[in-house]
Amino acid sequence: MAKKNRMNNEINAGSMADIAFLLLIFFLVTTTIAEDKGVLVKLPPWSNEPPPEMKLNTRNVYSVLVNADNQLLVRGEPMDIKMLKNNTKIFISNPQRLENMSEDPAKAIISIKNDRGTQYGTYLEVYNELKAAYNELWEEASMAKFGKNLTELNKTQRAEITDAIPLVISEAEPTQFGDEK
Amino acid sequence: MSKFKKKQGNAQPAISTASLPDIVFMLLFFFMVVTKMRDTELMVTTNTPQASELTKLEKKTLVNFIFIGRPTVKNQPKYGTKPRIQLGDKFATPDDIPLFLEKFKTTIPEGQRQAIISSMKVDGEVTMGIVGDVKTALRKAGQLKINYSAKSRERTK
Repeated sequence: MAKKNRMNNEINAGSMADIAFLLLIFFLVTTTIAEDKGVLVKLPPWSNEPPPEMKLNTRNVYSVLVNADNQLLVRGEPMDIKMLKNNTKIFISNPQRLENMSEDPAKAIISIKNDRGTQYGTYLEVYNELKAAYNELWEEASMAKFGKNLTELNKTQRAEITDAIPLVISEAEPTQFGDEK
Repeated sequence: MSKFKKKQGNAQPAISTASLPDIVFMLLFFFMVVTKMRDTELMVTTNTPQASELTKLEKKTLVNFIFIGRPTVKNQPKYGTKPRIQLGDKFATPDDIPLFLEKFKTTIPEGQRQAIISSMKVDGEVTMGIVGDVKTALRKAGQLKINYSAKSRERTK
């Protein structure tokens, strides 16, 4: 008789689903889907000494100022942020070999300066546009040189392109205007 | 005809729920893998701006977060509306950043400490003053890899 019972014994798995649901809901509530995406930036190391004076040819410097009213001043001229990326690209690559633009993409330097009162949103937008200009130039160079997208290149090919057009965005210390009261 | 009649005659077969636990477990594991424990309660609003040139942070264990924004409505009576920095689950000043970074470093194996990234979740409406102070503090502490957290959008034409 005992043998018969053992044969028919089965653990009731009907409540398994309930238990799993409970766990699932617990995880849904206590966790977040991490949306860890952002603009990656490498800061320059801190030094107490003032940076050494560098003699730069002004034609190679693309200065972007963002003031406390979120307006842009690019090389002494006001500019709309929508124009920034394309103008930066033209400056770096200088397709017409103009006298007042960079001699060579490798020599071009982008310089950003902002006020303390500049909105972070605007600052990031400007930074993003400048980075976009470089990314587009890299993609174009990659297509022209290897006939592939930038993401399909291997490490040495990628390095070749980023060495020819190095990303140089230097940030000046912000000026003290318009900080939050 | 007789075929149909036969079926109707049969007792209603119940839908088998035997695979239900498996399905739910699959969902459970999916959520366990793609999500991250909510370890900090946000005390500031961080409505991050949009950007197109985004990098995905791969190793989540190597990322620490710095939140900057105005205190949430709940915290406003106590802390006002001026933008503040939140480190871990406390409000902080830029002076607290070196200690915060040191504490985080101790949780990471020695060999991987070079790869630590500070993710800054900053509200788009905050002014650069406080962000600049944090950046200076990070530079002084030698934490040079940072990531401005942002929502994705299309690249402008």
